[in-house]
Amino acid sequence: MTLTDADFVALVITLKLAAITTLILLLLGTPLAWWLARSRWRFKFLLEAVVALPLVLPPTVLGFYLLVALGPHGPVGALVESLGGHSPAFTFSGLVIGSVFYSMPFVVQPLQGAFTAVGHRPLEVAATLRASPLDRFFSVAIPLARSGFLTAAVLGFAHTVGEFGVVLMIGGNIPGSTQVLSIAIYDHVEVLEYGRAHWLSGGLLLLSFLMLISVYALNRRFTVVQS
Amino acid sequence: MTIEARFRLDRPGFTLDVDLRAPAQGVTALFGPSGCGKTTLLRAIAGLERCGDGFLKVGDMIWQEERHFVPPHRRPLGYVFQEASLFAHLTVRRNLEYGLRRVPQTERKVSLDEAIELLGIGHLLERKPDRLSGGERQRVAIARALAVSPKLLLMDEPLAALDLTRKQEILPYLESLYKELDIPVIYVTHSSDEVARLGDYLVLMEAGGIRAMGAISDMLTRLDLPLAQGRDAEALIQATVAGHDERYDLTHLDFPGGRFTVTRKDLPVGGAVRLRVAARDISLTLERQSGTSILNIFPATIEEIVPAGSAQVTVRLAAGGVSLLARVTRRSAALLDLKPGKPVYAQAKSVALLS
Repeated sequence: MTLTDADFVALVITLKLAAITTLILLLLGTPLAWWLARSRWRFKFLLEAVVALPLVLPPTVLGFYLLVALGPHGPVGALVESLGGHSPAFTFSGLVIGSVFYSMPFVVQPLQGAFTAVGHRPLEVAATLRASPLDRFFSVAIPLARSGFLTAAVLGFAHTVGEFGVVLMIGGNIPGSTQVLSIAIYDHVEVLEYGRAHWLSGGLLLLSFLMLISVYALNRRFTVVQS
Repeated sequence: MTIEARFRLDRPGFTLDVDLRAPAQGVTALFGPSGCGKTTLLRAIAGLERCGDGFLKVGDMIWQEERHFVPPHRRPLGYVFQEASLFAHLTVRRNLEYGLRRVPQTERKVSLDEAIELLGIGHLLERKPDRLSGGERQRVAIARALAVSPKLLLMDEPLAALDLTRKQEILPYLESLYKELDIPVIYVTHSSDEVARLGDYLVLMEAGGIRAMGAISDMLTRLDLPLAQGRDAEALIQATVAGHDERYDLTHLDFPGGRFTVTRKDLPVGGAVRLRVAARDISLTLERQSGTSILNIFPATIEEIVPAGSAQVTVRLAAGGVSLLARVTRRSAALLDLKPGKPVYAQAKSVALLS
Protein backbone atom coordinates (compact mmCIF):
# COMPACT_ATOMS: atom_id res chain seq x y z
CA MET A 1 0.00 0.00 0.00
CA THR A 2 1.61 3.26 -1.08
CA LEU A 3 0.51 6.80 -1.81
CA THR A 4 -1.96 7.20 -4.63
CA ASP A 5 -1.58 10.00 -7.12
CA ALA A 6 -4.28 12.00 -5.40
CA ASP A 7 -2.55 11.65 -2.04
CA PHE A 8 0.77 12.67 -3.59
CA VAL A 9 -0.80 15.78 -5.13
CA ALA A 10 -2.34 16.63 -1.76
CA LEU A 11 1.09 16.30 -0.14
CA VAL A 12 2.69 18.62 -2.71
CA ILE A 13 -0.09 21.18 -2.28
CA THR A 14 0.28 21.00 1.48
CA LEU A 15 4.03 21.57 1.41
CA LYS A 16 3.72 24.33 -1.17
CA LEU A 17 1.02 26.04 0.86
CA ALA A 18 3.08 25.81 4.06
CA ALA A 19 6.23 27.09 2.36
CA ILE A 20 4.55 30.06 0.69
CA THR A 21 2.60 30.92 3.85
CA THR A 22 5.74 30.78 5.99
CA LEU A 23 7.62 32.98 3.57
CA ILE A 24 4.86 35.59 3.47
CA LEU A 25 4.50 35.48 7.24
CA LEU A 26 8.22 36.00 7.79
CA LEU A 27 8.17 38.98 5.44
CA LEU A 28 5.06 40.55 6.99
CA GLY A 29 5.57 39.29 10.51
CA THR A 30 9.12 40.57 10.96
CA PRO A 31 8.30 44.30 10.73
CA LEU A 32 5.06 43.74 12.66
CA ALA A 33 6.83 41.84 15.45
CA TRP A 34 9.61 44.44 15.52
CA TRP A 35 7.06 47.19 15.87
CA LEU A 36 5.19 45.28 18.59
CA ALA A 37 8.44 44.70 20.47
CA ARG A 38 9.66 48.30 20.27
CA SER A 39 6.58 50.52 20.18
CA ARG A 40 5.37 52.30 23.29
CA TRP A 41 1.99 53.04 21.72
CA ARG A 42 -0.74 53.03 24.32
CA PHE A 43 -3.15 50.84 22.36
CA LYS A 44 -0.57 48.33 21.21
CA PHE A 45 -2.36 45.63 23.20
CA LEU A 46 -5.31 45.83 20.79
CA LEU A 47 -3.12 44.77 17.89
CA GLU A 48 -1.48 42.07 20.00
CA ALA A 49 -4.94 40.66 20.76
CA VAL A 50 -5.86 40.66 17.05
CA VAL A 51 -2.65 38.79 16.20
CA ALA A 52 -3.40 36.22 18.90
CA LEU A 53 -7.06 35.69 17.89
CA PRO A 54 -6.43 32.65 15.65
CA LEU A 55 -5.02 30.85 18.72
CA VAL A 56 -8.43 30.75 20.36
CA LEU A 57 -10.92 31.19 17.52
CA PRO A 58 -12.44 27.99 16.03
CA PRO A 59 -10.82 27.69 12.59
CA THR A 60 -14.27 27.40 11.05
CA VAL A 61 -15.16 30.86 12.35
CA LEU A 62 -12.05 32.36 10.84
CA GLY A 63 -12.66 30.39 7.63
CA PHE A 64 -16.26 31.51 7.50
CA TYR A 65 -15.43 35.22 7.72
CA LEU A 66 -12.61 34.87 5.23
CA LEU A 67 -14.98 33.08 2.85
CA VAL A 68 -17.50 35.88 3.20
CA ALA A 69 -14.82 38.50 2.60
CA LEU A 70 -13.08 36.74 -0.27
CA GLY A 71 -16.17 35.40 -2.05
CA PRO A 72 -17.42 37.09 -5.24
CA HIS A 73 -19.89 39.14 -3.20
CA GLY A 74 -17.54 39.93 -0.32
CA PRO A 75 -15.61 43.22 -0.17
CA VAL A 76 -12.25 41.72 -1.11
CA GLY A 77 -13.61 39.30 -3.71
CA ALA A 78 -15.72 42.02 -5.35
CA LEU A 79 -12.75 44.36 -5.47
CA VAL A 80 -10.56 41.72 -7.10
CA GLU A 81 -13.27 40.90 -9.64
CA SER A 82 -13.84 44.57 -10.47
CA LEU A 83 -10.13 44.78 -11.26
CA GLY A 84 -10.58 41.93 -13.72
CA GLY A 85 -9.29 39.20 -11.41
CA HIS A 86 -10.93 36.10 -10.06
CA SER A 87 -12.36 35.87 -6.56
CA PRO A 88 -9.81 34.00 -4.41
CA ALA A 89 -12.45 31.84 -2.74
CA PHE A 90 -11.97 28.11 -3.50
CA THR A 91 -8.55 28.73 -5.06
CA PHE A 92 -5.01 28.10 -3.90
CA SER A 93 -4.52 31.88 -3.43
CA GLY A 94 -7.49 31.81 -1.08
CA LEU A 95 -5.80 29.02 0.90
CA VAL A 96 -2.64 31.10 1.21
CA ILE A 97 -4.58 34.14 2.45
CA GLY A 98 -6.47 32.02 4.98
CA SER A 99 -3.29 30.29 6.16
CA VAL A 100 -1.48 33.59 6.61
CA PHE A 101 -4.15 34.74 9.04
CA TYR A 102 -4.45 31.37 10.71
CA SER A 103 -0.70 30.88 11.33
CA MET A 104 0.09 34.53 12.07
CA PRO A 105 0.49 34.19 15.88
CA PHE A 106 2.83 31.23 15.46
CA VAL A 107 5.25 33.41 13.54
CA VAL A 108 4.71 36.85 15.08
CA GLN A 109 4.82 35.81 18.72
CA PRO A 110 8.22 34.04 18.68
CA LEU A 111 9.65 36.93 16.67
CA GLN A 112 8.23 39.52 19.06
CA GLY A 113 9.63 37.57 22.00
CA ALA A 114 13.05 37.31 20.36
CA PHE A 115 13.16 41.02 19.52
CA THR A 116 12.11 41.91 23.06
CA ALA A 117 14.87 39.68 24.42
CA VAL A 118 17.46 41.49 22.29
CA GLY A 119 16.63 44.64 24.25
CA HIS A 120 17.61 48.26 23.62
CA ARG A 121 21.24 48.09 24.64
CA PRO A 122 22.80 46.30 21.60
CA LEU A 123 20.95 48.72 19.32
CA GLU A 124 22.17 51.72 21.28
CA VAL A 125 25.70 50.36 21.10
CA ALA A 126 25.32 49.97 17.34
CA ALA A 127 24.04 53.54 17.09
CA THR A 128 27.16 54.84 18.82
CA LEU A 129 29.19 52.78 16.33
CA ARG A 130 27.72 54.72 13.37
CA ALA A 131 25.02 52.23 12.37
CA SER A 132 21.83 53.80 10.97
CA PRO A 133 18.46 52.48 12.24
CA LEU A 134 18.02 50.14 9.24
CA ASP A 135 21.64 49.01 9.47
CA ARG A 136 21.17 48.27 13.19
CA PHE A 137 18.08 46.20 12.41
CA PHE A 138 19.85 43.99 9.90
CA SER A 139 23.30 43.80 11.47
CA VAL A 140 22.31 43.49 15.13
CA ALA A 141 18.61 42.84 15.79
CA ILE A 142 18.10 40.05 13.24
CA PRO A 143 21.30 38.09 14.03
CA LEU A 144 20.64 38.32 17.76
CA ALA A 145 17.03 37.19 17.24
CA ARG A 146 17.95 34.28 14.96
CA SER A 147 16.66 31.58 17.29
CA GLY A 148 13.31 33.38 17.23
CA PHE A 149 13.35 33.28 13.44
CA LEU A 150 14.01 29.56 13.43
CA THR A 151 11.19 28.92 15.89
CA ALA A 152 8.85 31.19 13.96
CA ALA A 153 9.59 29.57 10.61
CA VAL A 154 9.19 26.00 11.84
CA LEU A 155 6.09 26.68 13.91
CA GLY A 156 4.51 28.64 11.08
CA PHE A 157 5.27 25.87 8.60
CA ALA A 158 4.17 23.03 10.86
CA HIS A 159 1.01 24.78 11.93
CA THR A 160 0.05 25.46 8.30
CA VAL A 161 0.64 21.81 7.42
CA GLY A 162 -1.71 20.86 10.22
CA GLU A 163 -4.61 23.21 9.49
CA PHE A 164 -8.01 21.81 8.62
CA GLY A 165 -11.00 23.99 9.36
CA VAL A 166 -9.92 27.14 7.62
CA VAL A 167 -8.75 25.24 4.55
CA LEU A 168 -11.99 23.33 4.37
CA MET A 169 -14.12 26.47 4.63
CA ILE A 170 -12.21 28.61 2.20
CA GLY A 171 -10.68 26.05 -0.15
CA GLY A 172 -13.61 23.72 -0.60
CA ASN A 173 -11.49 20.54 -0.76
CA ILE A 174 -10.98 20.50 -4.53
CA PRO A 175 -8.57 17.66 -5.34
CA GLY A 176 -5.53 18.84 -7.27
CA SER A 177 -6.13 22.45 -6.34
CA THR A 178 -7.14 23.00 -2.75
CA GLN A 179 -7.15 19.55 -1.21
CA VAL A 180 -4.48 19.31 1.46
CA LEU A 181 -3.28 16.30 3.45
CA SER A 182 -5.33 16.86 6.57
CA ILE A 183 -8.54 16.88 4.52
CA ALA A 184 -7.42 13.93 2.42
CA ILE A 185 -7.07 11.95 5.65
CA TYR A 186 -10.57 12.97 6.68
CA ASP A 187 -11.89 11.83 3.31
CA HIS A 188 -10.18 8.44 3.61
CA VAL A 189 -11.67 7.89 7.05
CA GLU A 190 -15.10 8.92 5.77
CA VAL A 191 -14.98 6.08 3.26
CA LEU A 192 -13.32 3.69 5.74
CA GLU A 193 -9.94 3.58 3.92
CA TYR A 194 -8.09 3.24 7.22
CA GLY A 195 -4.94 1.90 5.58
CA ARG A 196 -4.34 5.02 3.54
CA ALA A 197 -5.40 7.23 6.41
CA HIS A 198 -2.71 5.50 8.50
CA TRP A 199 -0.04 6.17 5.92
CA LEU A 200 -0.83 9.84 5.66
CA SER A 201 -1.40 10.35 9.38
CA GLY A 202 1.79 8.56 10.30
CA GLY A 203 3.70 10.61 7.73
CA LEU A 204 2.34 13.89 9.08
CA LEU A 205 3.08 12.86 12.65
CA LEU A 206 6.66 12.03 11.76
CA LEU A 207 7.16 15.24 9.75
CA SER A 208 5.80 17.44 12.54
CA PHE A 209 7.85 15.66 15.16
CA LEU A 210 11.06 16.01 13.13
CA MET A 211 10.47 19.71 12.60
CA LEU A 212 9.90 20.35 16.30
CA ILE A 213 12.95 18.28 17.24
CA SER A 214 15.09 20.40 14.94
CA VAL A 215 13.76 23.61 16.50
CA TYR A 216 14.43 22.53 20.04
CA ALA A 217 17.81 21.03 19.24
CA LEU A 218 19.00 24.09 17.33
CA ASN A 219 17.65 26.51 19.91
CA ARG A 220 19.52 24.63 22.59
CA ARG A 221 22.70 25.04 20.60
CA PHE A 222 22.01 28.78 20.24
CA THR A 223 21.44 29.26 23.93
CA VAL A 224 24.62 27.40 24.74
CA VAL A 225 26.54 29.68 22.41
CA GLN A 226 24.99 32.80 23.86
CA SER A 227 25.22 32.00 27.55
CA MET B 1 37.68 74.64 22.22
CA THR B 2 34.92 73.81 24.63
CA ILE B 3 32.03 71.46 25.11
CA GLU B 4 28.81 73.31 25.83
CA ALA B 5 25.67 71.46 26.80
CA ARG B 6 22.34 72.75 28.00
CA PHE B 7 19.67 70.17 28.65
CA ARG B 8 16.39 70.04 30.45
CA LEU B 9 14.78 66.63 30.62
CA ASP B 10 11.70 65.64 32.58
CA ARG B 11 11.27 62.01 33.49
CA PRO B 12 8.84 60.59 36.03
CA GLY B 13 10.31 61.44 39.42
CA PHE B 14 13.47 62.94 37.96
CA THR B 15 14.47 66.16 36.26
CA LEU B 16 17.79 66.82 34.61
CA ASP B 17 18.57 70.50 34.30
CA VAL B 18 22.16 71.27 33.38
CA ASP B 19 24.26 73.95 31.78
CA LEU B 20 27.64 72.38 31.24
CA ARG B 21 30.78 74.02 29.97
CA ALA B 22 33.95 71.98 29.86
CA PRO B 23 37.20 72.11 27.91
CA ALA B 24 37.23 69.96 24.78
CA GLN B 25 40.48 68.34 25.82
CA GLY B 26 41.65 66.06 28.57
CA VAL B 27 39.34 64.08 30.81
CA THR B 28 36.22 65.71 32.18
CA ALA B 29 34.85 63.70 35.08
CA LEU B 30 31.10 63.77 35.75
CA PHE B 31 31.06 62.95 39.42
CA GLY B 32 28.21 62.49 41.86
CA PRO B 33 26.15 59.97 43.81
CA SER B 34 23.99 57.33 42.09
CA GLY B 35 20.81 58.77 40.64
CA CYS B 36 22.13 62.32 40.30
CA GLY B 37 21.75 62.27 36.51
CA LYS B 38 25.32 61.62 35.38
CA THR B 39 24.38 58.80 33.03
CA THR B 40 21.33 60.67 31.72
CA LEU B 41 23.52 63.67 30.91
CA LEU B 42 26.04 61.44 29.13
CA ARG B 43 23.24 59.77 27.15
CA ALA B 44 21.87 63.18 26.20
CA ILE B 45 25.31 64.18 24.95
CA ALA B 46 25.43 60.99 22.85
CA GLY B 47 21.92 61.66 21.53
CA LEU B 48 20.58 58.44 23.04
CA GLU B 49 18.31 60.48 25.27
CA ARG B 50 16.45 63.18 23.41
CA CYS B 51 15.14 66.31 25.05
CA GLY B 52 13.05 68.66 23.00
CA ASP B 53 14.79 71.85 23.88
CA GLY B 54 18.50 71.41 24.30
CA PHE B 55 21.76 72.77 23.04
CA LEU B 56 24.97 70.85 22.48
CA LYS B 57 28.17 72.04 20.92
CA VAL B 58 31.39 70.05 20.88
CA GLY B 59 34.29 72.12 19.59
CA ASP B 60 32.93 73.59 16.37
CA MET B 61 30.30 70.89 15.83
CA ILE B 62 26.72 71.67 16.81
CA TRP B 63 24.96 68.41 17.63
CA GLN B 64 21.73 69.83 18.96
CA GLU B 65 20.09 73.24 18.73
CA GLU B 66 16.37 73.96 18.72
CA ARG B 67 14.94 71.72 15.99
CA HIS B 68 18.32 70.59 14.76
CA PHE B 69 19.19 67.19 16.21
CA VAL B 70 22.03 65.05 14.93
CA PRO B 71 21.09 61.39 15.51
CA PRO B 72 23.63 59.34 17.51
CA HIS B 73 24.96 57.43 14.52
CA ARG B 74 25.95 60.68 12.80
CA ARG B 75 27.89 62.01 15.81
CA PRO B 76 31.61 61.24 15.69
CA LEU B 77 31.73 59.92 19.23
CA GLY B 78 32.73 56.77 21.02
CA TYR B 79 30.63 55.43 23.87
CA VAL B 80 31.64 52.90 26.49
CA PHE B 81 28.73 51.56 28.51
CA GLN B 82 28.87 50.41 32.10
CA GLU B 83 28.47 46.80 31.00
CA ALA B 84 30.68 45.97 28.03
CA SER B 85 27.65 45.17 25.84
CA LEU B 86 29.65 43.37 23.19
CA PHE B 87 27.66 41.91 20.30
CA ALA B 88 27.17 38.29 21.37
CA HIS B 89 26.92 37.03 17.79
CA LEU B 90 30.28 38.42 16.71
CA THR B 91 33.88 37.53 17.55
CA VAL B 92 36.08 40.09 19.27
CA ARG B 93 37.61 41.00 15.92
CA ARG B 94 34.22 41.50 14.29
CA ASN B 95 33.07 43.53 17.29
CA LEU B 96 36.07 45.81 16.82
CA GLU B 97 35.47 46.08 13.09
CA TYR B 98 31.76 46.82 13.45
CA GLY B 99 32.20 50.54 14.03
CA LEU B 100 35.45 50.86 12.10
CA ARG B 101 33.85 49.66 8.86
CA ARG B 102 31.17 52.31 9.15
CA VAL B 103 33.67 55.16 9.35
CA PRO B 104 34.85 56.62 6.03
CA GLN B 105 38.51 55.90 5.27
CA THR B 106 39.40 59.59 5.39
CA GLU B 107 38.11 60.00 8.94
CA ARG B 108 40.06 57.08 10.39
CA LYS B 109 42.66 58.45 12.78
CA VAL B 110 43.01 55.54 15.19
CA SER B 111 44.02 52.30 13.52
CA LEU B 112 42.60 49.00 14.65
CA ASP B 113 46.09 47.78 15.51
CA GLU B 114 46.66 50.84 17.67
CA ALA B 115 43.42 50.28 19.57
CA ILE B 116 44.20 46.58 19.99
CA GLU B 117 47.67 47.33 21.29
CA LEU B 118 46.57 50.12 23.64
CA LEU B 119 44.12 47.79 25.35
CA GLY B 120 46.30 44.67 25.13
CA ILE B 121 43.66 42.45 23.52
CA GLY B 122 45.65 41.02 20.60
CA HIS B 123 45.36 37.47 21.92
CA LEU B 124 41.56 37.60 22.19
CA LEU B 125 40.61 38.50 18.62
CA GLU B 126 39.11 35.18 17.53
CA ARG B 127 37.10 34.59 20.70
CA LYS B 128 33.40 35.09 21.18
CA PRO B 129 32.42 37.51 23.98
CA ASP B 130 31.12 34.67 26.18
CA ARG B 131 34.68 33.32 26.38
CA LEU B 132 36.08 36.53 27.89
CA SER B 133 36.43 37.65 31.49
CA GLY B 134 34.64 40.81 32.65
CA GLY B 135 37.82 42.86 32.45
CA GLU B 136 38.68 41.58 28.98
CA ARG B 137 35.19 42.33 27.76
CA GLN B 138 35.40 45.92 28.96
CA ARG B 139 38.80 46.35 27.32
CA VAL B 140 37.36 45.11 24.03
CA ALA B 141 34.43 47.53 24.43
CA ILE B 142 36.85 50.41 24.97
CA ALA B 143 38.94 49.41 21.94
CA ARG B 144 35.76 49.10 19.88
CA ALA B 145 34.77 52.66 20.82
CA LEU B 146 38.28 53.94 19.98
CA ALA B 147 38.31 52.21 16.60
CA VAL B 148 35.71 54.64 15.23
CA SER B 149 38.27 57.47 15.74
CA PRO B 150 35.90 59.47 17.92
CA LYS B 151 36.20 63.22 18.32
CA LEU B 152 34.69 62.79 21.78
CA LEU B 153 34.89 59.70 23.95
CA LEU B 154 32.05 59.13 26.41
CA MET B 155 32.58 56.62 29.19
CA ASP B 156 29.80 55.64 31.56
CA GLU B 157 31.38 54.16 34.70
CA PRO B 158 33.45 51.73 32.63
CA LEU B 159 34.92 50.18 35.77
CA ALA B 160 31.86 50.09 38.01
CA ALA B 161 30.78 46.57 37.07
CA LEU B 162 34.25 45.15 37.77
CA ASP B 163 35.82 43.95 40.97
CA LEU B 164 38.88 45.65 42.44
CA THR B 165 41.40 43.38 40.72
CA ARG B 166 39.85 43.95 37.32
CA LYS B 167 39.73 47.70 37.98
CA GLN B 168 43.43 47.74 38.71
CA GLU B 169 43.89 45.75 35.51
CA ILE B 170 42.11 48.35 33.36
CA LEU B 171 43.11 51.63 35.00
CA PRO B 172 46.66 51.65 33.58
CA TYR B 173 45.20 51.12 30.10
CA LEU B 174 42.92 54.10 30.57
CA GLU B 175 45.73 56.27 31.85
CA SER B 176 47.97 55.51 28.89
CA LEU B 177 45.07 55.84 26.49
CA TYR B 178 44.25 59.36 27.65
CA LYS B 179 47.91 60.28 27.38
CA GLU B 180 48.53 58.72 23.96
CA LEU B 181 45.40 59.81 22.15
CA ASP B 182 44.42 63.42 21.88
CA ILE B 183 40.69 62.78 22.29
CA PRO B 184 38.57 64.68 24.80
CA VAL B 185 36.89 62.30 27.23
CA ILE B 186 33.79 62.68 29.37
CA TYR B 187 34.01 60.12 32.13
CA VAL B 188 31.10 59.31 34.43
CA THR B 189 32.02 57.94 37.82
CA HIS B 190 31.02 57.89 41.45
CA SER B 191 34.51 56.90 42.57
CA SER B 192 36.64 59.76 43.90
CA ASP B 193 39.65 57.54 43.35
CA GLU B 194 39.01 57.39 39.60
CA VAL B 195 38.42 61.15 39.55
CA ALA B 196 41.80 61.79 41.16
CA ARG B 197 43.61 59.33 38.91
CA LEU B 198 42.05 60.18 35.59
CA GLY B 199 40.29 63.54 35.74
CA ASP B 200 41.56 66.91 34.53
CA TYR B 201 38.31 68.79 34.84
CA LEU B 202 35.55 67.98 37.27
CA VAL B 203 31.81 68.46 37.00
CA LEU B 204 30.14 67.82 40.33
CA MET B 205 26.53 66.70 39.95
CA GLU B 206 23.76 66.63 42.50
CA ALA B 207 20.05 65.83 42.17
CA GLY B 208 19.81 66.32 38.40
CA GLY B 209 21.84 69.51 38.33
CA ILE B 210 25.43 70.70 38.34
CA ARG B 211 26.65 71.79 41.76
CA ALA B 212 30.02 73.08 40.62
CA MET B 213 32.60 72.62 37.87
CA GLY B 214 36.23 73.52 37.45
CA ALA B 215 39.77 72.27 37.16
CA ILE B 216 40.24 69.12 39.20
CA SER B 217 42.86 70.49 41.61
CA ASP B 218 40.70 73.53 42.44
CA MET B 219 37.59 71.44 42.90
CA LEU B 220 39.23 68.93 45.23
CA THR B 221 40.36 71.67 47.60
CA ARG B 222 37.21 73.78 47.63
CA LEU B 223 36.00 73.51 51.20
CA ASP B 224 32.37 74.27 50.29
CA LEU B 225 32.15 71.08 48.19
CA PRO B 226 31.61 67.56 49.51
CA LEU B 227 34.90 66.28 48.07
CA ALA B 228 36.98 68.23 50.61
CA GLN B 229 34.65 67.27 53.43
CA GLY B 230 34.92 63.50 53.03
CA ARG B 231 37.25 61.22 54.92
CA ASP B 232 39.41 60.82 51.84
CA ALA B 233 39.80 64.53 51.10
CA GLU B 234 42.97 65.15 49.16
CA ALA B 235 44.83 67.62 46.97
CA LEU B 236 46.29 67.00 43.53
CA ILE B 237 49.60 68.58 42.75
CA GLN B 238 51.25 68.86 39.37
CA ALA B 239 55.01 68.37 39.76
CA THR B 240 58.04 67.74 37.59
CA VAL B 241 60.83 65.27 38.18
CA ALA B 242 63.80 67.41 39.30
CA GLY B 243 66.33 64.64 39.73
CA HIS B 244 67.28 61.50 41.59
CA ASP B 245 69.35 61.04 44.72
CA GLU B 246 71.52 58.06 43.80
CA ARG B 247 73.09 57.75 47.21
CA TYR B 248 69.82 57.28 49.12
CA ASP B 249 67.76 56.04 46.21
CA LEU B 250 65.27 58.88 46.26
CA THR B 251 63.51 61.02 43.66
CA HIS B 252 62.98 64.78 43.90
CA LEU B 253 59.75 66.25 42.57
CA ASP B 254 59.42 70.02 42.31
CA PHE B 255 56.20 71.98 42.46
CA PRO B 256 55.73 75.76 42.84
CA GLY B 257 55.49 75.41 46.63
CA GLY B 258 58.66 73.45 47.11
CA ARG B 259 60.12 70.01 46.64
CA PHE B 260 58.79 66.56 47.44
CA THR B 261 61.30 63.85 48.07
CA VAL B 262 60.01 60.32 47.66
CA THR B 263 61.47 56.84 47.35
CA ARG B 264 63.16 56.40 43.99
CA LYS B 265 60.79 56.16 41.04
CA ASP B 266 61.96 55.20 37.59
CA LEU B 267 60.95 58.44 35.92
CA PRO B 268 62.79 60.61 33.40
CA VAL B 269 64.09 63.93 34.72
CA GLY B 270 61.84 66.75 33.51
CA GLY B 271 58.78 64.48 33.22
CA ALA B 272 55.43 65.58 34.62
CA VAL B 273 53.82 63.71 37.48
CA ARG B 274 50.61 64.06 39.38
CA LEU B 275 50.80 63.78 43.14
CA ARG B 276 47.97 62.97 45.51
CA VAL B 277 48.34 64.31 49.00
CA ALA B 278 45.68 63.19 51.44
CA ALA B 279 44.43 65.78 53.95
CA ARG B 280 44.91 63.33 56.81
CA ASP B 281 48.57 62.90 55.90
CA ILE B 282 49.36 66.61 56.36
CA SER B 283 50.17 68.00 59.78
CA LEU B 284 50.82 71.64 60.63
CA THR B 285 53.51 73.31 62.73
CA LEU B 286 54.14 76.97 63.49
CA GLU B 287 57.92 76.67 63.20
CA ARG B 288 59.91 74.57 60.82
CA GLN B 289 60.59 71.31 62.58
CA SER B 290 64.16 70.19 62.87
CA GLY B 291 65.11 66.77 64.05
CA THR B 292 62.25 65.09 62.27
CA SER B 293 62.22 62.14 59.92
CA ILE B 294 59.66 63.82 57.71
CA LEU B 295 61.28 64.89 54.45
CA ASN B 296 58.53 66.95 52.95
CA ILE B 297 57.97 70.24 54.74
CA PHE B 298 56.68 73.37 53.02
CA PRO B 299 55.99 76.91 54.15
CA ALA B 300 52.35 77.70 53.50
CA THR B 301 49.61 80.17 54.34
CA ILE B 302 46.25 79.24 55.78
CA GLU B 303 43.42 80.28 53.46
CA GLU B 304 40.29 78.80 54.99
CA ILE B 305 39.19 76.54 57.82
CA VAL B 306 35.92 74.59 58.07
CA PRO B 307 34.80 72.02 60.64
CA ALA B 308 34.99 68.35 59.67
CA GLY B 309 32.80 66.52 62.13
CA SER B 310 32.81 67.49 65.79
CA ALA B 311 36.48 66.86 66.57
CA GLN B 312 38.33 67.89 63.43
CA VAL B 313 38.74 70.76 61.02
CA THR B 314 39.80 70.87 57.39
CA VAL B 315 42.34 73.55 56.54
CA ARG B 316 43.08 74.82 53.06
CA LEU B 317 46.63 76.03 52.61
CA ALA B 318 48.40 77.79 49.80
CA ALA B 319 51.99 76.79 49.16
CA GLY B 320 53.48 78.75 46.28
CA GLY B 321 50.00 79.28 44.86
CA VAL B 322 49.16 75.56 45.05
CA SER B 323 46.29 74.46 47.27
CA LEU B 324 46.79 71.75 49.87
CA LEU B 325 44.40 70.33 52.43
CA ALA B 326 45.18 69.42 56.02
CA ARG B 327 42.92 67.58 58.42
CA VAL B 328 43.77 68.40 62.06
CA THR B 329 41.90 68.18 65.34
CA ARG B 330 39.85 71.12 66.50
CA ARG B 331 41.93 71.11 69.65
CA SER B 332 45.20 71.54 67.72
CA ALA B 333 43.63 74.28 65.65
CA ALA B 334 42.73 76.14 68.84
CA LEU B 335 46.12 75.56 70.54
CA LEU B 336 48.04 76.74 67.47
CA ASP B 337 45.52 79.54 66.95
CA LEU B 338 45.08 78.59 63.31
CA LYS B 339 43.22 81.20 61.29
CA PRO B 340 43.16 82.45 57.71
CA GLY B 341 46.26 84.40 56.72
CA LYS B 342 48.50 82.75 59.29
CA PRO B 343 51.82 81.34 58.01
CA VAL B 344 52.48 77.72 58.94
CA TYR B 345 54.59 74.76 57.91
CA ALA B 346 52.87 71.81 56.27
CA GLN B 347 54.45 68.40 56.82
CA ALA B 348 53.46 65.63 54.42
CA LYS B 349 53.74 62.17 55.95
CA SER B 350 53.13 60.43 52.65
CA VAL B 351 52.33 61.20 49.07
CA ALA B 352 51.02 59.04 46.25
CA LEU B 353 52.38 59.28 42.76
CA LEU B 354 50.26 59.15 39.62
CA SER B 355 52.38 59.12 36.50
